[in-house]
Amino acid sequence: MNNLQKNRIIDTSFKTVGLLFTLLGILILVILLYNIIRVGYTRINWDFLTSLPSRKPERAGIFTAIIGTLDLMLLTIVFAIPVGIGAGLYLEEYAKKSRWSTLLEINIANLAGVPSIIYGLLGLGIFVRFFGFGGSILSGALTLSLLILPIIIVATREAIKAVPPSLKEASFALGASKWQTLQKVVLPSSFGGILTGVILSLSRAIGETAPLIVVGAMAYVPFIPHSLFDTFSILPMQIFTWTTRPQEGFAIAAAAAIIILLVITFVMNGIAVYLRNKWQNKLS
Amino acid sequence: METTIEQTLPMDNIVDKSLKKTHTIEVNDAKVWYDDFMAIKGIDMVIKPNTITSFIGPSGCGKSTFLRLFNRMNDYVDGFKMEGKIKVNGRNIYKDKVHVEELRKEIGMVFQKPNPFPKSIYENVAYGLKIQGIKDKNLINDRVEKALKQADLWEDVKDNLKKSALTLSGGQQQRLCIARTLAVEPSIILMDEPTSALDPISTSKIEDLIFELKEKYTIIIVTHNMQQASRISDYTAFFYLGNLIEFDKTKNIFTNPQKKQTENYITGRFG
Repeated sequence: MNNLQKNRIIDTSFKTVGLLFTLLGILILVILLYNIIRVGYTRINWDFLTSLPSRKPERAGIFTAIIGTLDLMLLTIVFAIPVGIGAGLYLEEYAKKSRWSTLLEINIANLAGVPSIIYGLLGLGIFVRFFGFGGSILSGALTLSLLILPIIIVATREAIKAVPPSLKEASFALGASKWQTLQKVVLPSSFGGILTGVILSLSRAIGETAPLIVVGAMAYVPFIPHSLFDTFSILPMQIFTWTTRPQEGFAIAAAAAIIILLVITFVMNGIAVYLRNKWQNKLS
Repeated sequence: METTIEQTLPMDNIVDKSLKKTHTIEVNDAKVWYDDFMAIKGIDMVIKPNTITSFIGPSGCGKSTFLRLFNRMNDYVDGFKMEGKIKVNGRNIYKDKVHVEELRKEIGMVFQKPNPFPKSIYENVAYGLKIQGIKDKNLINDRVEKALKQADLWEDVKDNLKKSALTLSGGQQQRLCIARTLAVEPSIILMDEPTSALDPISTSKIEDLIFELKEKYTIIIVTHNMQQASRISDYTAFFYLGNLIEFDKTKNIFTNPQKKQTENYITGRFG
């Protein structure tokens, strides 16, 4: 067997193995989805979405959990996006290379890998106790913001790095200041990448449970939050509580709530993909 | 080394004070370092208004670095350090008080690879005006049209100003980049190998254009193409290893070079 044939066999077998692994991932996902939907679809109706939680499984709904999750995401967006993109821009475009900036960069990369429960304890120490925000939706959103900041910063930097330096040079050579160049050339070109990073980070935030338990998310909240300092519930929390109950009815309710959570996540990702494609078409 | 260069400069007499106003660019003992590497080793040069000057020399000889001193584009390079004086229209541009943004309205630049913004043709040309805060639509429209006409692109694009600049061909893109530079109305235009990424027909169009622009602008062009240098430029400067070896009228450089190194380079024996 000569070299050419050997290489071709290696090529084919690698392709086959790769395909198998891909299919395996998809298969597991399909089984999971099938199981959840099979169990949960019976409970999905308007009442389930608009009812308060209850001790009786057939009457329990996820109204407060949905509203809590949406409110929490909205607040997290408000806090995390400006800070994350601002920090990314600063580190990539303004910060001079020094030992300090290197240290900062390493730390940010490390933060992305810190277990989320640690963020919960941090939030408990700083927002709940020190600032005295209590176990409120504000504390929860600030904690989640900290959690996803590193992801947004890293995504922003990668997206900015991908902008061709020749475009920045062209802008400078025409007499643009640094800020004008960022605003008119760099940000429009990197918008798609930044947006993708932001949505991915939010998709992570929406499923987080552990840090929010620590800062005070409740499973049973019979009202929706009216102020930043109100206590709150979230979908993952509700799901978690229901799955620990012995009654069969709660298992069904949990499956239904999981479907709703997945739908929200898919819709968010879908919007991100749509916006990104629209933006790219506009540019090219 | 520097004194010998000065002696060979045919324009020595121009350092005469009475002729000062005819200097567009005056370089005095310019030295450049990138960290520890000395890229420019003390160069003097005087460039007259409404002339085309070619910078030639092998890769890495410092000609691009030297060109980028005039609009301070080296400022963004890590480890860049510079000594000496560069006067543009009588003003030392490396003094602290100088705003680089102002300077770059005076000195435009065209790059090696066409680099239009991913915006419409119109927005590309209007960019330099808009960042100056000009809001007058009629004024911008007039300047865009004028610049595109000057760059010989108007006939190609006048019906498609809203189209993305990226749909143009390479040669058209480079002419768009020239139009974008002209719209700001500079007095000096720096060109860093503006035709090296283009086909021969686009190249000859750009060369014709550069020749026409001489009437109104002072042009300095870095080129690896000897024929191009001899075709379009009035003066030619030969750089080697961070030194200015010879600087003279183009005719003299190409027919009667004073230095052996210059002769070897233009006859293709090295570089």
